[in-house]
Amino acid sequence: MLLQSKNLRFTHPGQSRLTFPDIELQSGEALVILGKSGSGKTTFLNLLAGLVQPEAGEIQLAGTVFSSLTPKKMDQFRGKQIGIVFQKPHLIAALSVLENLQLATYFSKNKSQDLNELLSELGILDKANSSVLTLSEGEAQRVSIARALINQPKLILADEPTSSLDDVHASSVVNLLKYQAERIGAALIIVTHDQRVKSHFSNFIEIGTQ
Amino acid sequence: MNLLKLSWKYLTFRPLSTGLNVLLLGLGLAIMTVLLLIQDQLEKKMTAEAAGIDLVVGAKGSPLQLILSSIYHVDFPTGNIPMEEAEKLAKNRLVKGVIPLALGDNFQGFRIIGTNYDYLKSYQADLSDGKLWEKPFDVVLGHEVATQTSLKNGDEFAGSHGISVGSHDHEQHNYKVTGILAPQGNVLDRLVLTSIESVWLTHDEQSEGDSTAMESIQDQDVFDIPVTQTGFPSSEIPREITSLLISYRNPMAAIQLPRMINSRTVMQAASPAFEMARLFELLGVGVSLLKGLAFVLLGISGIGIFIALYNSLKERKYDLAILRTIGATQFQLVLLILLEGLMLTTIGAFFGIGFGHIFLQLLISSNEQSVVSGIQAWEFLPEELWVLTYALAVGLIASLIPAWTAYKTSIARQLTRV
Repeated sequence: MLLQSKNLRFTHPGQSRLTFPDIELQSGEALVILGKSGSGKTTFLNLLAGLVQPEAGEIQLAGTVFSSLTPKKMDQFRGKQIGIVFQKPHLIAALSVLENLQLATYFSKNKSQDLNELLSELGILDKANSSVLTLSEGEAQRVSIARALINQPKLILADEPTSSLDDVHASSVVNLLKYQAERIGAALIIVTHDQRVKSHFSNFIEIGTQ
Repeated sequence: MNLLKLSWKYLTFRPLSTGLNVLLLGLGLAIMTVLLLIQDQLEKKMTAEAAGIDLVVGAKGSPLQLILSSIYHVDFPTGNIPMEEAEKLAKNRLVKGVIPLALGDNFQGFRIIGTNYDYLKSYQADLSDGKLWEKPFDVVLGHEVATQTSLKNGDEFAGSHGISVGSHDHEQHNYKVTGILAPQGNVLDRLVLTSIESVWLTHDEQSEGDSTAMESIQDQDVFDIPVTQTGFPSSEIPREITSLLISYRNPMAAIQLPRMINSRTVMQAASPAFEMARLFELLGVGVSLLKGLAFVLLGISGIGIFIALYNSLKERKYDLAILRTIGATQFQLVLLILLEGLMLTTIGAFFGIGFGHIFLQLLISSNEQSVVSGIQAWEFLPEELWVLTYALAVGLIASLIPAWTAYKTSIARQLTRV
């Protein structure tokens, strides 16, 4: 089993306790987590990314139990093993497209990747040296996907990756994520309230409905 | 890609704010550099020029003025003293050496100094061309005088009365250049040196301006008599000189001689060491004021850098969170912010030191005949490393709080807030 979560619970200060369903994913599998805003789906994603500590429960990725890692080791582990795609691209504005990707390989100390190959696969090779400020929304989202993929992580987490895109772009982004995750053998989890995403996947759960 | 490069990218991403901070810091540090350089070189230079001169004796007046006019040739002389008195003093057993000076004229602002060969010997000055003066109205030019007036060996020129430009010319008799000094790097570069007899004869002519032709012809003989090369020139009539540069025979002289001269003669004695210490003390007020200004500028630039980093951090909280999600540790983010502050101030420091030297160069080239002219603008002092240290300290202090903020930034909270 590549990813496993058990009995996860989390309470935001001053709010009622959130409990999350247990999930199990194999390499190359995909899962959509649906839920309305406020249902705690982003919190679930933050827990799975190791960005926040759960109140109770356990997460295990590729044999590593999150709670056994120090914060510093967790940062390094996340850099190497987890790729995150955010709702907005959030690229580093001071850097070019290529430099944004190089930054990811620098922090994960992973130097072996062929950046150009990945860029050409995502159709943004000609933008490699342009400033990220000159990119369109769709191009920027593809760069952020490239950044999440660059270190060949075991787990790809996507937080509302389609919410600001039209139907055509939304569908192409979802297909891209699905295809790339399968290619590198990573588990893919998409958290969204966007019903359009659901149609692309067979495997989905809804949270916050009870 | 590494942290250094990333910091640099962030700095150049905000060129105006970065530029302003570099400029502010640079100005503060430039003032410090100029002060350092002037203070160091001026004191060294002034001490070197007064080396071997224990006491200056001249007419009563301001002792500082006497020192400035007789050693550094900047201020006006206090007046003249009778040579008879000077000769009497020279025979005192406490006096080891005496160099008489007679001032009074200038050539295009360069002072004409009547003296003897001992004056040149005391500075160990060598000629680069020609020979020393032998007859009245023979002159030797300092290196800078020769370069600026383009006078050569054998050329003649008329001196002007007084020690500054603009007075009337002595038209009766021209000076003749017999030699040019090699560059000395001291006050000699700016002087026209001649015999005391030349100075006397110039002023005899002036007071006898309307003398008869007969007397002029008789006077012609005077111009061919060889002049005195050491000690006092001989004269049948009572003569005056401007001042005496005296060296002591023993430490006892330092106690007895000045008191004796000041109380028992019409002359006054002034000690260069004492008067210069007094001068630097007076200048010290101005120097402290400038130093204060430099520190205020440093402080303001420190606050400027702090605000720039802090504001950019607000915009960059998301960036920091992203960096953490792609594997950057908290410590690396702290390092990123610190590097940014330090890089900014290092650039500021080099700008400041560069500006400082350029300011000094401008100051020197616009004051060619004053005391500062001998200062080297491109000489670097080990103290300038302190300027760099100050700058780095400012950078470090200004980026500590932003760095701490970066350390504490909660990634999850940043990423959840859209």
